[in-house]
Amino acid sequence: MSGIRGTASVVGVGLSTRWEAPGRTALELMAEAVHAALADAGLRLDQVDGLLTGTAMHFLPTLSVAEYLGIRPRFLDGTMIGGSSFVEHLIPAALALDAGLCDVALICYGSNQRTASGKLVSGSEPQPYEQPYEPRHPITGYALAAARHMHQYGTTRRQMAEVALAARRWAELNPEAFVRQPTSIEEILAARMVNDPISVRDCCLVTDGAGAVVMVRADRADDFPKPPAFLLGAAAATWHRQISAMPDLTVTAAAESGPRAFAMAEMSPQDIDVVQLYDAFTINTILFLEDLGFCRKGEGGAFVEDGAIAPGGRLPVNTNGGGLSCCHPGMYGIFPVIEAVRQLRGEAGERQIAETELALVHGNGGQLSSQVTAILGTAATL
Amino acid sequence: MGTPSPFNGPGPDAEYRRQLTEGRFCVQRCRETGRYVFQPRVLSPFTGQPALDWVEVSGRGTVYSTTVVRRRPEQGGDYNVVLVDLDEGCRMMSRVEGPAPAEIRIGLKVRARIAMTKDDTPIIVFDPEPAT
Repeated sequence: MSGIRGTASVVGVGLSTRWEAPGRTALELMAEAVHAALADAGLRLDQVDGLLTGTAMHFLPTLSVAEYLGIRPRFLDGTMIGGSSFVEHLIPAALALDAGLCDVALICYGSNQRTASGKLVSGSEPQPYEQPYEPRHPITGYALAAARHMHQYGTTRRQMAEVALAARRWAELNPEAFVRQPTSIEEILAARMVNDPISVRDCCLVTDGAGAVVMVRADRADDFPKPPAFLLGAAAATWHRQISAMPDLTVTAAAESGPRAFAMAEMSPQDIDVVQLYDAFTINTILFLEDLGFCRKGEGGAFVEDGAIAPGGRLPVNTNGGGLSCCHPGMYGIFPVIEAVRQLRGEAGERQIAETELALVHGNGGQLSSQVTAILGTAATL
Repeated sequence: MGTPSPFNGPGPDAEYRRQLTEGRFCVQRCRETGRYVFQPRVLSPFTGQPALDWVEVSGRGTVYSTTVVRRRPEQGGDYNVVLVDLDEGCRMMSRVEGPAPAEIRIGLKVRARIAMTKDDTPIIVFDPEPAT
């Protein structure tokens, strides 16, 4: 056993599925998700003594969230590495729980990006060596990565469209997903180009919404109403911040975070029953399937063909519909964690994968800049 | 006169821009490894030492990746954003001027030129290398 394997477990998850919430603030949406997660765990707000959070709207997010919730946590963390932050927060939460620095760790996130701006925009400060060329980040960075992957490996726009179609087909099975109407490869390929080779249908949604996750030490995990999801392995990696500083646009730091998380979990890609990846853009899914070892480098496009990651395919990926069709309120990282837990509990309804024991969650942040892999499992996998 | 401290006075970011203002495209080179570094830094990312020397580069490079940013005609129309690998081995974001944005291909040989932004800041842009 190594690292934090099996020391902490998720015992509560909650959402605000108000993906379009005019008149509601980010904190109001987040509070709804926190309330749902605590109810799910059978805990009260005053039992939360560890807070891990971040928003794109606050200068001091952890403080704004603590004050708004009315809690006085004794463990605080506000790691901000983009959308992957809320997957990364599993790591300090598990460490703090293991060290006795807190007993109930709450990870939460909320955003009203859709209502507030309505656009897929970055809240980032301009990058001085990129801004003069007017990249429309985040989209431009991912377009450059997609163009390079296509050039180097022959990946096609049709293969990228397969990723968008698979996400939609999962969303059709998820009553909580924001966009559920059936679509087709042809319809996706005909969408308006935004940053070649990325069209509007290669981009995630822009929604409002919130999510929350409650973690406790594993030795208490049986004291809660729902089956626990144990954190078996987790690792974060970063190789750059700006897309222009990414060493190889076809290889993300998931190639580092994945193997480290698998090593800690004492598992391998073949063991994984369900995969939740941060699909801000269709190229992400292809890159991460390669970098995490589900297929070889350059073969991600072929891997997703013919509905292979859609319902009924060989590997269930983004079973909630992902950022492409379920929700994407500015940062998506907490949602794949929640979907993984629901799959492990067997409460994913029509989209439930039978006999799910092991789930992989992968978060991405910035311009493919931060990569965080977490492996969660049922009690049988401990 | 001794070597000025790398920690004193205007830093590498200001120095890069000052050299562009004077018409020189300079990039730092790691004294120990000989590898070129962009963006300008205080410490070499290869050694961790404040041992980087300014070198005027050839300006020759190759398009590593490219995208067309779609924009309404009334707002100025489409434009390109590229990543260029300089022959010296480091990479930067830029744009290629001249060809239509969609005509710019990965692998295109390009040459640097200093241009001015709307607010009179010198930046590096690239032109396609003339056919030989």
